[in-house]
Amino acid sequence: MNNQTTPSQSIIYDSLKQRNLAVEELRSVFRYRDLVFQLVRRDIVTRYKRSVLGLLWTMLNPLGTMLILSIVFSQLFNMRGVYPAYIMTNLIAWNFFSQTTAASLNAMLWGSSLIKRIYLPRTSFVVSTIGTGLVNILLALVPLFFIYWVTGAPLHTTILLLPVSIFLLAIFSLGIGLILSTFVVFFPDVAEMYPILLTAWMYLTPIIYPEELLVNMFNGWLLRLNPLFPVIKVFRMVIFDGKVPALGEWGVAAGIALGTLLIGWVFFTQKSKSFAYYV
Amino acid sequence: MFNLIPEPQNDTAIFLNGVSVRYRLPNERVATLKEYTIRLIQGKVRYNSFLALNDVNLVVKKGEIFGIMGRNGAGKSTLLKVISRVLIPTRGRVWINGIVSPLLELGAGFHPELTGMENIYLNATLLGHSRKEIKQKIQEILDFAEIGDFIEAPLRTYSSGMVGRLGFSVATAWLPEILILDEVLSVGDAAFAQKCSERMRSFRESGATVLLVSHSIDTIRSLCQRALLLEHGNVLEIGPASEVGDRYNQMIFGK
Repeated sequence: MNNQTTPSQSIIYDSLKQRNLAVEELRSVFRYRDLVFQLVRRDIVTRYKRSVLGLLWTMLNPLGTMLILSIVFSQLFNMRGVYPAYIMTNLIAWNFFSQTTAASLNAMLWGSSLIKRIYLPRTSFVVSTIGTGLVNILLALVPLFFIYWVTGAPLHTTILLLPVSIFLLAIFSLGIGLILSTFVVFFPDVAEMYPILLTAWMYLTPIIYPEELLVNMFNGWLLRLNPLFPVIKVFRMVIFDGKVPALGEWGVAAGIALGTLLIGWVFFTQKSKSFAYYV
Repeated sequence: MFNLIPEPQNDTAIFLNGVSVRYRLPNERVATLKEYTIRLIQGKVRYNSFLALNDVNLVVKKGEIFGIMGRNGAGKSTLLKVISRVLIPTRGRVWINGIVSPLLELGAGFHPELTGMENIYLNATLLGHSRKEIKQKIQEILDFAEIGDFIEAPLRTYSSGMVGRLGFSVATAWLPEILILDEVLSVGDAAFAQKCSERMRSFRESGATVLLVSHSIDTIRSLCQRALLLEHGNVLEIGPASEVGDRYNQMIFGK
Protein backbone atom coordinates (compact mmCIF):
# COMPACT_ATOMS: atom_id res chain seq x y z
CA MET A 1 0.00 0.00 0.00
CA ASN A 2 2.89 2.33 0.64
CA ASN A 3 4.36 2.25 -2.83
CA GLN A 4 1.17 3.40 -4.50
CA THR A 5 1.61 5.24 -7.73
CA THR A 6 -0.77 7.84 -8.95
CA PRO A 7 -2.20 7.45 -12.44
CA SER A 8 0.37 8.46 -14.98
CA GLN A 9 -0.54 12.09 -15.55
CA SER A 10 -2.29 14.78 -13.63
CA ILE A 11 -5.17 15.97 -15.76
CA ILE A 12 -6.97 19.23 -15.50
CA TYR A 13 -10.50 19.25 -16.80
CA ASP A 14 -12.09 22.60 -17.48
CA SER A 15 -15.59 22.69 -18.90
CA LEU A 16 -14.88 26.15 -20.33
CA LYS A 17 -12.11 24.78 -22.50
CA GLN A 18 -14.23 22.04 -24.04
CA ARG A 19 -15.17 24.18 -27.01
CA ASN A 20 -14.21 21.81 -29.76
CA LEU A 21 -15.92 18.63 -28.67
CA ALA A 22 -14.98 16.69 -31.82
CA VAL A 23 -11.25 17.29 -31.29
CA GLU A 24 -11.46 16.73 -27.52
CA GLU A 25 -13.17 13.41 -28.12
CA LEU A 26 -10.48 12.37 -30.60
CA ARG A 27 -7.77 13.12 -28.03
CA SER A 28 -9.70 11.38 -25.33
CA VAL A 29 -10.33 8.20 -27.30
CA PHE A 30 -6.63 8.08 -28.17
CA ARG A 31 -5.78 8.33 -24.49
CA TYR A 32 -8.23 5.50 -23.83
CA ARG A 33 -6.90 3.36 -26.71
CA ASP A 34 -6.24 0.47 -24.35
CA LEU A 35 -9.93 0.49 -23.49
CA VAL A 36 -10.82 0.17 -27.18
CA PHE A 37 -8.37 -2.71 -27.40
CA GLN A 38 -9.93 -4.42 -24.37
CA LEU A 39 -13.45 -3.99 -25.78
CA VAL A 40 -12.37 -5.58 -29.06
CA ARG A 41 -10.67 -8.34 -27.13
CA ARG A 42 -13.81 -8.95 -25.09
CA ASP A 43 -15.95 -9.26 -28.20
CA ILE A 44 -13.51 -11.59 -29.94
CA VAL A 45 -12.84 -13.73 -26.87
CA THR A 46 -16.48 -14.17 -25.90
CA ARG A 47 -17.26 -15.14 -29.46
CA TYR A 48 -14.41 -17.47 -30.25
CA LYS A 49 -12.53 -18.63 -27.19
CA ARG A 50 -15.36 -20.54 -25.62
CA SER A 51 -16.10 -22.62 -28.67
CA VAL A 52 -14.17 -23.84 -31.66
CA LEU A 53 -17.42 -23.70 -33.58
CA GLY A 54 -17.59 -19.96 -33.00
CA LEU A 55 -14.60 -19.49 -35.22
CA LEU A 56 -15.91 -21.99 -37.72
CA TRP A 57 -19.31 -20.33 -37.89
CA THR A 58 -17.78 -17.01 -38.88
CA MET A 59 -16.35 -18.75 -41.90
CA LEU A 60 -19.30 -21.08 -42.57
CA ASN A 61 -21.90 -18.34 -42.36
CA PRO A 62 -20.99 -16.50 -45.60
CA LEU A 63 -20.29 -19.85 -47.26
CA GLY A 64 -23.82 -21.04 -46.48
CA THR A 65 -25.46 -17.83 -47.67
CA MET A 66 -23.32 -17.90 -50.78
CA LEU A 67 -24.31 -21.50 -51.50
CA ILE A 68 -28.05 -20.83 -51.22
CA LEU A 69 -27.90 -17.68 -53.31
CA SER A 70 -25.73 -19.38 -55.92
CA ILE A 71 -28.21 -22.18 -56.34
CA VAL A 72 -31.14 -19.78 -56.62
CA PHE A 73 -29.65 -16.99 -58.70
CA SER A 74 -26.78 -18.27 -60.80
CA GLN A 75 -29.15 -19.42 -63.56
CA LEU A 76 -31.08 -16.20 -63.41
CA PHE A 77 -28.16 -13.82 -63.76
CA ASN A 78 -26.29 -15.83 -66.30
CA MET A 79 -23.00 -15.58 -64.43
CA ARG A 80 -22.78 -19.31 -63.87
CA GLY A 81 -19.09 -20.05 -63.30
CA VAL A 82 -17.97 -16.95 -61.46
CA TYR A 83 -21.18 -16.20 -59.57
CA PRO A 84 -20.13 -17.86 -56.27
CA ALA A 85 -16.89 -15.85 -56.21
CA TYR A 86 -18.76 -12.65 -57.10
CA ILE A 87 -21.34 -13.03 -54.38
CA MET A 88 -18.83 -14.15 -51.79
CA THR A 89 -16.76 -11.01 -52.37
CA ASN A 90 -19.76 -8.72 -52.02
CA LEU A 91 -21.14 -10.58 -49.03
CA ILE A 92 -17.93 -10.15 -47.07
CA ALA A 93 -17.98 -6.41 -47.62
CA TRP A 94 -21.71 -6.26 -46.89
CA ASN A 95 -21.37 -8.36 -43.73
CA PHE A 96 -18.67 -6.05 -42.46
CA PHE A 97 -20.89 -3.02 -42.99
CA SER A 98 -24.12 -4.52 -41.66
CA GLN A 99 -22.54 -6.28 -38.69
CA THR A 100 -20.40 -3.38 -37.47
CA THR A 101 -23.18 -0.81 -37.76
CA ALA A 102 -25.71 -3.08 -36.05
CA ALA A 103 -23.13 -3.97 -33.39
CA SER A 104 -22.39 -0.31 -32.73
CA LEU A 105 -26.06 0.22 -31.83
CA ASN A 106 -25.91 -2.58 -29.30
CA ALA A 107 -22.53 -1.51 -27.98
CA MET A 108 -23.94 1.97 -27.42
CA LEU A 109 -27.00 0.63 -25.61
CA TRP A 110 -24.70 -1.41 -23.38
CA GLY A 111 -22.31 1.47 -22.90
CA SER A 112 -25.02 3.96 -22.06
CA SER A 113 -25.42 2.32 -18.66
CA LEU A 114 -21.75 3.05 -18.08
CA ILE A 115 -21.55 6.59 -19.41
CA LYS A 116 -24.16 7.81 -17.00
CA ARG A 117 -21.99 6.61 -14.13
CA ILE A 118 -18.36 7.10 -15.09
CA TYR A 119 -16.53 9.30 -17.53
CA LEU A 120 -15.06 7.65 -20.60
CA PRO A 121 -14.87 8.71 -24.24
CA ARG A 122 -18.31 7.98 -25.62
CA THR A 123 -17.05 7.04 -29.06
CA SER A 124 -14.97 4.15 -27.70
CA PHE A 125 -17.88 1.72 -27.97
CA VAL A 126 -18.52 2.46 -31.62
CA VAL A 127 -14.81 2.56 -32.49
CA SER A 128 -14.33 -0.83 -30.86
CA THR A 129 -17.02 -2.46 -33.02
CA ILE A 130 -15.00 -1.47 -36.08
CA GLY A 131 -11.96 -3.12 -34.52
CA THR A 132 -13.93 -6.29 -33.98
CA GLY A 133 -15.21 -6.10 -37.56
CA LEU A 134 -11.65 -5.84 -38.88
CA VAL A 135 -10.66 -9.03 -37.08
CA ASN A 136 -13.75 -10.78 -38.44
CA ILE A 137 -13.17 -9.64 -42.02
CA LEU A 138 -9.63 -11.03 -41.93
CA LEU A 139 -11.05 -14.38 -40.84
CA ALA A 140 -13.70 -14.21 -43.56
CA LEU A 141 -10.98 -13.91 -46.20
CA VAL A 142 -10.19 -17.60 -45.59
CA PRO A 143 -13.48 -18.94 -47.01
CA LEU A 144 -13.28 -16.28 -49.71
CA PHE A 145 -9.96 -17.56 -51.03
CA PHE A 146 -11.26 -21.09 -50.64
CA ILE A 147 -14.16 -20.32 -52.98
CA TYR A 148 -11.89 -18.64 -55.53
CA TRP A 149 -9.70 -21.74 -55.46
CA VAL A 150 -12.60 -24.21 -55.75
CA THR A 151 -14.43 -22.38 -58.54
CA GLY A 152 -11.23 -21.46 -60.35
CA ALA A 153 -12.08 -17.77 -60.32
CA PRO A 154 -8.88 -15.83 -60.98
CA LEU A 155 -7.20 -13.77 -58.30
CA HIS A 156 -5.30 -10.72 -59.47
CA THR A 157 -2.41 -8.70 -58.15
CA THR A 158 -4.88 -5.85 -57.62
CA ILE A 159 -5.73 -7.63 -54.38
CA LEU A 160 -2.71 -5.83 -52.94
CA LEU A 161 -4.97 -2.76 -52.88
CA LEU A 162 -7.42 -4.58 -50.61
CA PRO A 163 -6.19 -2.87 -47.40
CA VAL A 164 -7.14 0.49 -48.93
CA SER A 165 -10.62 -0.78 -49.82
CA ILE A 166 -11.10 -2.26 -46.35
CA PHE A 167 -9.93 1.01 -44.78
CA LEU A 168 -12.52 3.01 -46.74
CA LEU A 169 -15.22 0.49 -45.83
CA ALA A 170 -14.21 0.73 -42.18
CA ILE A 171 -14.34 4.51 -41.92
CA PHE A 172 -17.63 4.63 -43.82
CA SER A 173 -19.09 2.07 -41.41
CA LEU A 174 -17.72 4.02 -38.45
CA GLY A 175 -19.46 7.18 -39.68
CA ILE A 176 -22.81 5.42 -40.14
CA GLY A 177 -22.34 3.63 -36.81
CA LEU A 178 -21.81 6.94 -35.02
CA ILE A 179 -24.91 8.52 -36.55
CA LEU A 180 -27.04 5.50 -35.68
CA SER A 181 -25.74 5.26 -32.12
CA THR A 182 -26.52 8.91 -31.52
CA PHE A 183 -30.13 8.22 -32.46
CA VAL A 184 -30.32 5.06 -30.39
CA VAL A 185 -29.43 6.96 -27.20
CA PHE A 186 -32.50 9.14 -27.62
CA PHE A 187 -34.74 6.57 -29.28
CA PRO A 188 -33.98 2.95 -28.34
CA ASP A 189 -36.43 1.68 -30.96
CA VAL A 190 -33.93 2.60 -33.65
CA ALA A 191 -32.24 -0.69 -32.78
CA GLU A 192 -35.46 -2.49 -33.73
CA MET A 193 -35.93 -0.57 -36.96
CA TYR A 194 -32.40 -0.81 -38.25
CA PRO A 195 -32.53 -4.48 -39.36
CA ILE A 196 -35.47 -3.61 -41.61
CA LEU A 197 -33.54 -0.73 -43.10
CA LEU A 198 -30.57 -3.03 -43.60
CA THR A 199 -32.61 -5.55 -45.53
CA ALA A 200 -33.88 -2.85 -47.86
CA TRP A 201 -30.38 -1.40 -48.21
CA MET A 202 -28.97 -4.77 -49.17
CA TYR A 203 -31.48 -5.25 -51.99
CA LEU A 204 -30.87 -1.71 -53.28
CA THR A 205 -27.13 -2.33 -53.50
CA PRO A 206 -25.59 -4.72 -56.04
CA ILE A 207 -24.63 -7.40 -53.54
CA ILE A 208 -26.36 -10.51 -54.80
CA TYR A 209 -26.97 -9.40 -58.35
CA PRO A 210 -24.73 -7.86 -60.97
CA GLU A 211 -24.31 -4.11 -61.05
CA GLU A 212 -25.76 -3.91 -64.56
CA LEU A 213 -29.14 -4.93 -63.22
CA LEU A 214 -29.49 -1.80 -61.07
CA VAL A 215 -27.40 0.68 -62.97
CA ASN A 216 -30.24 2.05 -65.06
CA MET A 217 -32.95 1.94 -62.46
CA PHE A 218 -34.62 5.34 -61.91
CA ASN A 219 -32.34 6.80 -64.56
CA GLY A 220 -29.33 5.66 -62.57
CA TRP A 221 -30.33 7.61 -59.46
CA LEU A 222 -30.81 4.48 -57.40
CA LEU A 223 -27.09 3.78 -57.32
CA ARG A 224 -26.03 7.40 -57.45
CA LEU A 225 -27.90 8.13 -54.20
CA ASN A 226 -26.61 5.02 -52.44
CA PRO A 227 -23.49 6.08 -50.52
CA LEU A 228 -22.54 2.49 -49.82
CA PHE A 229 -22.31 1.54 -53.48
CA PRO A 230 -19.03 3.31 -54.44
CA VAL A 231 -17.40 2.03 -51.26
CA ILE A 232 -18.41 -1.57 -51.92
CA LYS A 233 -17.50 -1.18 -55.57
CA VAL A 234 -13.82 -0.46 -54.94
CA PHE A 235 -13.80 -3.46 -52.64
CA ARG A 236 -15.23 -5.72 -55.32
CA MET A 237 -13.05 -4.31 -58.11
CA VAL A 238 -9.71 -5.08 -56.48
CA ILE A 239 -10.69 -8.66 -55.63
CA PHE A 240 -13.22 -9.87 -58.17
CA ASP A 241 -12.82 -7.66 -61.24
CA GLY A 242 -9.05 -7.53 -60.94
CA LYS A 243 -9.10 -3.89 -61.97
CA VAL A 244 -7.42 -0.94 -60.38
CA PRO A 245 -10.24 1.52 -59.72
CA ALA A 246 -9.84 4.76 -61.67
CA LEU A 247 -8.79 7.84 -59.77
CA GLY A 248 -12.36 9.12 -59.95
CA GLU A 249 -13.72 5.92 -58.46
CA TRP A 250 -11.24 6.07 -55.59
CA GLY A 251 -12.03 9.73 -55.15
CA VAL A 252 -15.79 9.20 -54.88
CA ALA A 253 -15.39 6.29 -52.48
CA ALA A 254 -12.84 8.11 -50.32
CA GLY A 255 -14.86 11.33 -50.35
CA ILE A 256 -18.02 9.56 -49.25
CA ALA A 257 -16.24 7.50 -46.61
CA LEU A 258 -14.34 10.42 -45.11
CA GLY A 259 -17.34 12.73 -45.36
CA THR A 260 -19.57 10.20 -43.60
CA LEU A 261 -17.02 9.76 -40.84
CA LEU A 262 -16.65 13.50 -40.40
CA ILE A 263 -20.41 14.08 -40.27
CA GLY A 264 -20.88 11.12 -37.93
CA TRP A 265 -18.06 12.19 -35.60
CA VAL A 266 -19.19 15.79 -35.32
CA PHE A 267 -22.87 14.86 -34.96
CA PHE A 268 -22.11 12.27 -32.30
CA THR A 269 -19.77 14.45 -30.25
CA GLN A 270 -22.10 17.47 -30.39
CA LYS A 271 -25.03 15.39 -29.21
CA SER A 272 -22.96 13.50 -26.65
CA LYS A 273 -23.17 16.57 -24.39
CA SER A 274 -26.73 15.63 -23.62
CA PHE A 275 -26.34 11.82 -23.56
CA ALA A 276 -26.16 11.68 -19.78
CA TYR A 277 -29.39 13.68 -19.58
CA TYR A 278 -31.22 10.94 -21.45
CA VAL A 279 -29.71 7.53 -20.83
CA MET B 1 -20.16 33.18 -1.31
CA PHE B 2 -19.27 36.65 -2.44
CA ASN B 3 -15.64 36.34 -1.46
CA LEU B 4 -15.27 33.48 -3.94
CA ILE B 5 -12.00 33.42 -5.83
CA PRO B 6 -12.87 33.79 -9.50
CA GLU B 7 -10.01 31.59 -10.71
CA PRO B 8 -8.85 28.18 -9.44
CA GLN B 9 -5.59 28.33 -7.48
CA ASN B 10 -2.65 25.96 -7.26
CA ASP B 11 -4.06 24.10 -4.30
CA THR B 12 -7.57 23.82 -5.73
CA ALA B 13 -8.90 20.36 -6.50
CA ILE B 14 -12.50 21.15 -7.43
CA PHE B 15 -13.79 24.49 -8.61
CA LEU B 16 -17.39 25.12 -9.58
CA ASN B 17 -18.58 28.54 -10.65
CA GLY B 18 -22.25 29.26 -11.27
CA VAL B 19 -23.01 25.67 -12.18
CA SER B 20 -26.59 24.92 -13.14
CA VAL B 21 -28.07 21.75 -14.50
CA ARG B 22 -31.45 21.91 -16.13
CA TYR B 23 -33.07 18.65 -17.07
CA ARG B 24 -35.52 18.95 -19.90
CA LEU B 25 -38.17 16.36 -19.34
CA PRO B 26 -40.76 15.78 -22.01
CA ASN B 27 -44.27 16.08 -20.58
CA GLU B 28 -44.81 12.45 -21.28
CA ARG B 29 -41.73 10.43 -21.91
CA VAL B 30 -41.48 9.90 -25.65
CA ALA B 31 -39.14 6.98 -25.95
CA THR B 32 -39.62 5.87 -29.51
CA LEU B 33 -38.67 7.56 -32.71
CA LYS B 34 -42.03 6.65 -34.20
CA GLU B 35 -43.94 8.34 -31.41
CA TYR B 36 -41.61 11.33 -31.47
CA THR B 37 -42.12 11.86 -35.19
CA ILE B 38 -45.89 11.62 -34.85
CA ARG B 39 -45.91 14.12 -32.01
CA LEU B 40 -43.54 16.43 -33.82
CA ILE B 41 -45.89 16.52 -36.79
CA GLN B 42 -48.82 17.14 -34.48
CA GLY B 43 -46.79 19.81 -32.71
CA LYS B 44 -47.22 18.10 -29.40
CA VAL B 45 -43.67 17.83 -28.13
CA ARG B 46 -43.55 19.91 -24.97
CA TYR B 47 -40.99 19.95 -22.26
CA ASN B 48 -41.02 20.58 -18.57
CA SER B 49 -37.75 21.85 -17.32
CA PHE B 50 -36.45 20.99 -13.96
CA LEU B 51 -33.54 22.71 -12.30
CA ALA B 52 -31.49 20.01 -10.57
CA LEU B 53 -28.68 22.38 -9.65
CA ASN B 54 -29.03 26.13 -9.39
CA ASP B 55 -25.98 28.39 -9.56
CA VAL B 56 -23.66 26.28 -7.44
CA ASN B 57 -20.32 27.80 -6.42
CA LEU B 58 -17.84 25.56 -4.70
CA VAL B 59 -14.11 25.40 -4.08
CA VAL B 60 -12.58 22.27 -2.57
CA LYS B 61 -8.88 22.29 -1.78
CA LYS B 62 -6.49 19.42 -2.39
CA GLY B 63 -6.45 16.93 0.45
CA GLU B 64 -9.72 18.14 1.91
CA ILE B 65 -12.38 15.72 3.07
CA PHE B 66 -15.56 17.43 2.07
CA GLY B 67 -19.06 16.38 3.01
CA ILE B 68 -22.16 16.71 0.88
CA MET B 69 -25.54 16.61 2.61
CA GLY B 70 -29.10 16.98 1.53
CA ARG B 71 -32.37 15.17 1.33
CA ASN B 72 -33.23 12.70 -1.40
CA GLY B 73 -33.62 14.59 -4.65
CA ALA B 74 -31.76 17.64 -3.39
CA GLY B 75 -29.26 17.35 -6.24
CA LYS B 76 -26.42 15.43 -4.59
CA SER B 77 -26.12 12.85 -7.35
CA THR B 78 -26.33 15.50 -10.04
CA LEU B 79 -23.53 17.42 -8.32
CA LEU B 80 -21.37 14.30 -8.23
CA LYS B 81 -22.11 13.60 -11.89
CA VAL B 82 -21.00 17.09 -12.83
CA ILE B 83 -17.78 16.69 -10.85
CA SER B 84 -17.03 13.27 -12.32
CA ARG B 85 -17.53 14.63 -15.88
CA VAL B 86 -20.50 12.39 -16.59
CA LEU B 87 -22.80 15.36 -16.96
CA ILE B 88 -21.83 18.54 -18.75
CA PRO B 89 -23.61 21.38 -16.90
CA THR B 90 -26.20 23.50 -18.67
CA ARG B 91 -24.44 26.63 -17.43
CA GLY B 92 -21.35 27.49 -15.47
CA ARG B 93 -17.80 26.32 -15.20
CA VAL B 94 -16.49 23.05 -13.84
CA TRP B 95 -12.76 22.88 -13.22
CA ILE B 96 -11.23 19.69 -11.85
CA ASN B 97 -7.56 19.07 -11.15
CA GLY B 98 -6.90 15.35 -11.08
CA ILE B 99 -8.48 12.06 -11.92
CA VAL B 100 -11.86 11.55 -10.29
CA SER B 101 -12.46 8.05 -9.11
CA PRO B 102 -16.12 7.29 -8.51
CA LEU B 103 -15.93 4.41 -6.10
CA LEU B 104 -19.66 3.99 -6.23
CA GLU B 105 -19.45 2.02 -9.45
CA LEU B 106 -17.82 -1.19 -8.37
CA GLY B 107 -17.53 -3.74 -11.13
CA ALA B 108 -19.35 -1.68 -13.73
CA GLY B 109 -18.84 -3.34 -17.08
CA PHE B 110 -17.87 -6.79 -15.85
CA HIS B 111 -18.60 -9.51 -18.39
CA PRO B 112 -19.80 -12.90 -17.07
CA GLU B 113 -18.13 -14.94 -19.81
CA LEU B 114 -14.68 -13.45 -19.35
CA THR B 115 -12.28 -14.74 -16.71
CA GLY B 116 -11.53 -12.76 -13.59
CA MET B 117 -8.17 -11.79 -15.05
CA GLU B 118 -9.71 -10.58 -18.32
CA ASN B 119 -12.31 -8.65 -16.35
CA ILE B 120 -9.61 -6.90 -14.34
CA TYR B 121 -8.12 -5.57 -17.55
CA LEU B 122 -11.50 -4.60 -19.02
CA ASN B 123 -12.67 -2.90 -15.83
CA ALA B 124 -9.43 -1.04 -15.22
CA THR B 125 -9.31 0.31 -18.78
CA LEU B 126 -12.92 1.47 -18.36
CA LEU B 127 -11.68 3.45 -15.38
CA GLY B 128 -9.08 5.06 -17.61
CA HIS B 129 -5.94 3.07 -16.83
CA SER B 130 -3.52 1.90 -19.48
CA ARG B 131 -2.42 -1.69 -19.92
CA LYS B 132 1.03 -0.79 -18.69
CA GLU B 133 -0.39 0.65 -15.48
CA ILE B 134 -2.49 -2.47 -14.97
CA LYS B 135 0.47 -4.81 -15.45
CA GLN B 136 2.33 -2.95 -12.72
CA LYS B 137 -0.59 -3.35 -10.34
CA ILE B 138 -1.86 -6.80 -11.25
CA GLN B 139 -0.20 -8.68 -8.37
CA GLU B 140 -1.50 -6.23 -5.81
CA ILE B 141 -5.01 -6.43 -7.24
CA LEU B 142 -4.93 -10.23 -7.13
CA ASP B 143 -3.58 -10.31 -3.57
CA PHE B 144 -6.17 -7.87 -2.34
CA ALA B 145 -9.16 -9.56 -4.02
CA GLU B 146 -8.29 -13.03 -2.67
CA ILE B 147 -9.82 -14.85 -5.62
CA GLY B 148 -7.12 -17.52 -5.79
CA ASP B 149 -7.13 -20.02 -8.65
CA PHE B 150 -10.61 -18.89 -9.69
CA ILE B 151 -9.00 -15.92 -11.39
CA GLU B 152 -8.75 -17.95 -14.62
CA ALA B 153 -12.39 -19.10 -14.41
CA PRO B 154 -15.28 -17.21 -16.05
CA LEU B 155 -16.86 -14.59 -13.84
CA ARG B 156 -20.26 -16.31 -13.97
CA THR B 157 -18.84 -19.01 -11.68
CA TYR B 158 -18.02 -16.45 -8.97
CA SER B 159 -20.04 -15.78 -5.86
CA SER B 160 -21.40 -12.25 -5.55
CA GLY B 161 -18.92 -11.61 -2.75
CA MET B 162 -16.04 -12.52 -5.05
CA VAL B 163 -17.35 -10.20 -7.76
CA GLY B 164 -17.64 -7.39 -5.23
CA ARG B 165 -14.11 -7.95 -3.95
CA LEU B 166 -12.71 -8.00 -7.46
CA GLY B 167 -14.50 -4.76 -8.33
CA PHE B 168 -13.31 -3.05 -5.18
CA SER B 169 -9.72 -4.20 -5.68
CA VAL B 170 -9.61 -2.84 -9.22
CA ALA B 171 -11.28 0.44 -8.34
CA THR B 172 -8.98 1.14 -5.40
CA ALA B 173 -5.69 -0.21 -6.76
CA TRP B 174 -4.68 3.25 -7.89
CA LEU B 175 -4.36 6.13 -5.55
CA PRO B 176 -7.10 8.46 -6.68
CA GLU B 177 -6.55 12.20 -6.67
CA ILE B 178 -10.21 12.87 -6.07
CA LEU B 179 -12.31 10.15 -4.53
CA ILE B 180 -16.08 10.14 -4.47
CA LEU B 181 -17.63 8.06 -1.74
CA ASP B 182 -21.37 7.70 -2.01
CA GLU B 183 -22.79 6.34 1.25
CA VAL B 184 -21.17 3.44 3.01
CA LEU B 185 -19.32 0.80 1.10
CA SER B 186 -20.40 -2.67 2.05
CA VAL B 187 -18.59 -5.36 0.15
CA GLY B 188 -18.07 -8.94 1.30
CA ASP B 189 -17.67 -10.17 4.84
CA ALA B 190 -16.53 -8.41 7.98
CA ALA B 191 -12.85 -9.18 7.41
CA PHE B 192 -12.95 -7.69 3.94
CA ALA B 193 -14.91 -4.68 5.17
CA GLN B 194 -12.07 -4.12 7.62
CA LYS B 195 -9.55 -4.17 4.75
CA CYS B 196 -11.71 -1.73 2.84
CA SER B 197 -11.85 0.81 5.61
CA GLU B 198 -8.07 0.51 6.07
CA ARG B 199 -7.60 1.28 2.43
CA MET B 200 -9.91 4.28 2.74
CA ARG B 201 -7.83 5.52 5.65
CA SER B 202 -4.63 5.21 3.65
CA PHE B 203 -6.24 7.22 0.84
CA ARG B 204 -7.00 10.00 3.24
CA GLU B 205 -3.51 9.91 4.70
CA SER B 206 -1.96 10.02 1.24
CA GLY B 207 -3.53 13.40 0.65
CA ALA B 208 -6.31 12.48 -1.75
CA THR B 209 -9.27 14.81 -1.94
CA VAL B 210 -12.39 13.02 -0.74
CA LEU B 211 -16.01 13.90 -1.40
CA LEU B 212 -18.19 12.11 1.04
CA VAL B 213 -21.91 11.88 0.49
CA SER B 214 -23.91 10.70 3.43
CA HIS B 215 -27.24 11.01 5.16
CA SER B 216 -25.53 10.45 8.46
CA ILE B 217 -24.72 13.75 10.13
CA ASP B 218 -22.41 11.95 12.55
CA THR B 219 -20.31 10.47 9.73
CA ILE B 220 -19.93 13.86 8.10
CA ARG B 221 -19.08 15.55 11.36
CA SER B 222 -16.48 12.99 12.38
CA LEU B 223 -14.73 12.72 9.01
CA CYS B 224 -15.07 16.06 7.25
CA GLN B 225 -13.67 19.48 7.89
CA ARG B 226 -16.13 21.30 5.71
CA ALA B 227 -19.46 20.41 4.21
CA LEU B 228 -22.16 21.64 1.91
CA LEU B 229 -25.92 21.44 2.29
CA LEU B 230 -28.14 21.17 -0.76
CA GLU B 231 -31.87 21.68 -1.01
CA HIS B 232 -33.86 21.72 -4.26
CA GLY B 233 -30.65 22.23 -6.20
CA ASN B 234 -29.63 25.29 -4.21
CA VAL B 235 -26.66 25.52 -1.88
CA LEU B 236 -28.14 26.39 1.50
CA GLU B 237 -24.86 26.51 3.32
CA ILE B 238 -21.15 25.87 2.91
CA GLY B 239 -18.94 25.89 5.97
CA PRO B 240 -17.49 23.92 8.87
CA ALA B 241 -18.98 20.44 8.96
CA SER B 242 -20.39 20.83 12.45
CA GLU B 243 -22.35 23.99 11.57
CA VAL B 244 -23.67 22.59 8.34
CA GLY B 245 -24.59 19.41 10.21
CA ASP B 246 -26.60 21.46 12.71
CA ARG B 247 -28.43 23.22 9.94
CA TYR B 248 -29.24 19.90 8.27
CA ASN B 249 -30.44 18.53 11.59
CA GLN B 250 -32.74 21.53 11.99
CA MET B 251 -34.00 21.13 8.46
CA ILE B 252 -35.03 17.51 8.78
CA PHE B 253 -36.29 17.46 12.31
CA GLY B 254 -37.93 20.81 11.99
CA LYS B 255 -38.20 23.71 14.33
